[in-house]
Amino acid sequence: MAVTAQAKLDARKLRADFPIFEQQIHGKPLAYLDSANSSQKPRQVLDALREFYETSYANVHRAVYELGLRSDAAYDGARRKAQAFVNAETTAEVIFTRNATEGLNLVAYAWGLDNLGPGDLVLATELEHHSNFVPWQYIAGRTGADFAAVPIDDNGELRLDALEELEKRGRVKLIAVGLVSNSLGTINPIERISAWAHERDVVVVVDAAQAAPHRPLDVRALGCDFLAFTGHKMCGPSGIGVLWGRRELLERMSPFELGGEMISKVTVEKTTWNTLPHKFEAGTPPIAQAVGLGAAIDYLTEIGLPAIEEHEAELTRYAWERLSEIPGLTLYGPPPERRAGIVSFNLEGVHPHDVAQVVDAEGVAVRAGHHCNQPLMTRLGVNATTRASFYLYTVPEEIDSLVEGLLKARKLFQ
Amino acid sequence: MSELDSLYREVILDHYKNPRGHGVIDDADAVAEGQNPLCGDEVSIAVAFEGDTIADVKFQGRGCAISQAATSMLMDMVKGRTAQEVATMSRDELLDEVGIPLTPVRLKCALLGLGVLKVALHKGKGTPLPDEWAGLEELELS
Repeated sequence: MAVTAQAKLDARKLRADFPIFEQQIHGKPLAYLDSANSSQKPRQVLDALREFYETSYANVHRAVYELGLRSDAAYDGARRKAQAFVNAETTAEVIFTRNATEGLNLVAYAWGLDNLGPGDLVLATELEHHSNFVPWQYIAGRTGADFAAVPIDDNGELRLDALEELEKRGRVKLIAVGLVSNSLGTINPIERISAWAHERDVVVVVDAAQAAPHRPLDVRALGCDFLAFTGHKMCGPSGIGVLWGRRELLERMSPFELGGEMISKVTVEKTTWNTLPHKFEAGTPPIAQAVGLGAAIDYLTEIGLPAIEEHEAELTRYAWERLSEIPGLTLYGPPPERRAGIVSFNLEGVHPHDVAQVVDAEGVAVRAGHHCNQPLMTRLGVNATTRASFYLYTVPEEIDSLVEGLLKARKLFQ
Repeated sequence: MSELDSLYREVILDHYKNPRGHGVIDDADAVAEGQNPLCGDEVSIAVAFEGDTIADVKFQGRGCAISQAATSMLMDMVKGRTAQEVATMSRDELLDEVGIPLTPVRLKCALLGLGVLKVALHKGKGTPLPDEWAGLEELELS
């Protein structure tokens, strides 16, 4: 096997690309440990947005004038970048959405309403973010299908052995599963799940919101049928996401939103639909946001997704080690070698909200709450956790600041 | 005094660690529970009446220092008052007692208990539900 030398990522150097780090928070250097929530934006993306608006902006796919053509080229170019980013066969399979949530809702409505009914079983997992859980629970209810969650073990990893038992409950039609857990950082074995599913004609819907920014994605290798991610977690703007879907499924599906752009011909008697991917993009899309996402994809690709993954793996090992030193701190989920750059924990006797407030005074930004993971919180027996998450610009000193903040919180609440 | 010290002043930490009126009332006349949907914090409040007067009131909950301390202070404040009086109690009366600077996010924590208490009074005595309480639409009224 050919080994490609992968340049190691220099987070300190990359940090200079992000203007947000040029300030202090409460008189302290900003330690931004909330990238799983939303990432910060590099100058390259901000410049691309400004340049597009200043030189090429018009609505897309309707103007015959020069600016319209430039806008089309930029928007369609962003779609080709997204296609390459997930290794899709064609841009027909790449639908721009508002975010990952909208992509997942699109599948739930447009596929689910026509393909689910009594006797069918829809599966999500205990790890799912509400965005890949609630739509399925809801559409299952609307169609009379049954709904269940694949359980996790005490390490926060999926118990695929439970599928055998779950299958007895009904005809499994679809499984909704995240590639990387937004709370625990668990990396789920999508290839194995796809292999299991396709032996049974089960559709696999992957939430890649926490994976796309951090590791290489290949929809053909994953073997899934749908995959959704969002731009704002991967250095892009908010308001833009991508849904990739297998062409033959997308072609057979009814539309989701209806209106302009998604039609072929409209008469009073009947309307026919546009070709893919336009059938699923009603109305004026988030044009500049798509261009910004394209710039973000360029930025990440140039650094190299494998290098980002390795950098975060190092930080995760370091964070695990440092956090384990703190008395009364419980870490949740799998060991560092089997997770992405996300750590969730609780400090005995201090609520996560209070933890986040105390460390904020140290300039440290972490998320506190249920992380849109209430079924998981129930499984863990907590109502909230504190979560620190890392990205290409994270440096170990930020983890040190977090540890100092946690020691202060511990002292304050003693 | 730093921002943090004024937020987590001694009285807040004391109420958090040693909550007043914490527990259940076996023969409560009304019980209500509520959640802060942002963070999953929970408060459940039980009330026993003597006529229109709140004879006993107790809470249970899981949540941050601000939500639990504010609810604890609320228990001290309302015992012995009438349901009608407490149902129309202004949020500022509680916030003055809490006495710390609160961001909009933390304000929801501080007011969780008061919202839940007013729901309990509504269930027990038919007092009007306030409409200005953030998150109240999330409360189960059944």
